[in-house]
Amino acid sequence: MKKGWREIPIAGMPWVPATEYKTGSWRSFKPVIDHGKCVKCLICWVYCPEGSVKWDGNKVSIDYEYCKGCGICAEECPVKAIEMLKEE
Amino acid sequence: MISQQVLGMNGDEAVAYAVKQCNVDVVAAYPITPQTIIVEKFSEYVANREVHTEFVPVESEHSALSACVGASATGARVFTSTAANGLALMHEIVYIAASLRLPIVMAVVNRALSGPINIHCDHSDSMAERDSSWIQIYTEDAQEAYDSVIQAFKIAENHEVLLPVMVTLDGFFISHTLQNVSVLPDKEVLSFIGERRVVPEIDVGGKKFKLKLDPVQPLTFGPLDLYDYYFEHKRQQVEAMKKAPKVIEKVSREYASLSGRSYGNGLVEPYKLEDAEVAVVCLGSTSGTAKYVVDDLRKRGLNVGCLRVRTFRPFPAADIKRNLTGKEVVGVLDRSISFGGLGGPVFTEIEALFSDETEKPKIINYVYGLGGRDMSPQLIEKVFMELNELKGKPLPKDTLRFSGLRE
Ligand code: SF4
Ligand code: SF4
Repeated sequence: MKKGWREIPIAGMPWVPATEYKTGSWRSFKPVIDHGKCVKCLICWVYCPEGSVKWDGNKVSIDYEYCKGCGICAEECPVKAIEMLKEE
Repeated sequence: MISQQVLGMNGDEAVAYAVKQCNVDVVAAYPITPQTIIVEKFSEYVANREVHTEFVPVESEHSALSACVGASATGARVFTSTAANGLALMHEIVYIAASLRLPIVMAVVNRALSGPINIHCDHSDSMAERDSSWIQIYTEDAQEAYDSVIQAFKIAENHEVLLPVMVTLDGFFISHTLQNVSVLPDKEVLSFIGERRVVPEIDVGGKKFKLKLDPVQPLTFGPLDLYDYYFEHKRQQVEAMKKAPKVIEKVSREYASLSGRSYGNGLVEPYKLEDAEVAVVCLGSTSGTAKYVVDDLRKRGLNVGCLRVRTFRPFPAADIKRNLTGKEVVGVLDRSISFGGLGGPVFTEIEALFSDETEKPKIINYVYGLGGRDMSPQLIEKVFMELNELKGKPLPKDTLRFSGLRE
């Protein structure tokens, strides 16, 4: 059941924090990194409009809970290490 | 009541002076006639370091109110002012400020909306924003404009309300007319409204958050709000408007005991109405003239009175109804018109108030003063005489009339 007007915060505030909105389900194509090809240039990390490319100091990875599948990372990768695969 | 200094100020200067005393953090404004003096005067206070306010000289009114929204979202106390087409340019943000529940105070110096272009007073500008969820206080003179700005911060920032407030003053009639204005000492103003704005706490997913933009406790202001919650948020605005009259009355009472000045109960101001058979209803500076005419006509034996609607939003339905019930003929004076509608906005709502009553006054709408045309005592007297003629007669067909118009 969705909440009534007395139960939700005022001012159009979302009634759950933004961290609880998983937006990865919007995706129809999924970026997959080939770590054999990746040269760790971090261009994908810079270009991702969603901040969904993560860098742990060793390798890049994709946060699929928020990645929208726009394909910008795959387009910008200089060594074509990212492939866009159709979501099942 | 405390002793007060008397300063010679016009309405715009009186507004700027009140803002100076309210410890306002941010003012973002763009000058437009007849509001310009407010911005000019306040910039002087900033330049002279008489205030700590961050003054943002923006490039348009749309930006002015947008900057106010951002500033107010951080918990700052914020003021802006505009008129006519400036307010029209703000229109988009007027709704946003209200829906984000930001207690911004804005002085609107009433001026006719273009076109044809005109810089003089009517209420078409603020009336066009009457459905936006801003509280609207229409003042009668410079003194009241000063008093109302101070009250506006206290009303807007009340946690039961949290809605922005427009304080309107009639362009030129009030904005540019010099008057003796009694001002409170700075520290009295601050202890009345509070040194700083106190932001409320809200419950987000079971956690308490201060309702403000703060990197330490991030919140999203103005996210997409579609058919699943938008409606509920609008209902909350309805509720805030419902709670506002009590707060306005309370603030009005408290201000009266501090300053010795009050304007009816803060919502409506009846004048010699009790035994009146014929009454006019009006807003703004015209009320002063109407009261003068009432006195004059009473000396000549006519039983007339006047009801000033001070707060138009929220609409003080019960107060208006109580004051007008039992009157035989009522003339509603509108300084704006809804083209294609039944008449002016004040008339339409007052007419609706009595729609389910069998015993009701004959209500006639007088649209007057568009584009700054003077509403002289002679014109108001003519209105009263026409209304008086209707005593004992049926309601005529022509309930929409124009006062001061050349045929
Ligand atoms: S597909 Fe788009 S959203 Fe997903 S990681 Fe690549 S750039 Fe970011
Ligand atoms: S852009 Fe390509 S090569 Fe560079 S870090 Fe990303 S995946 Fe690796």
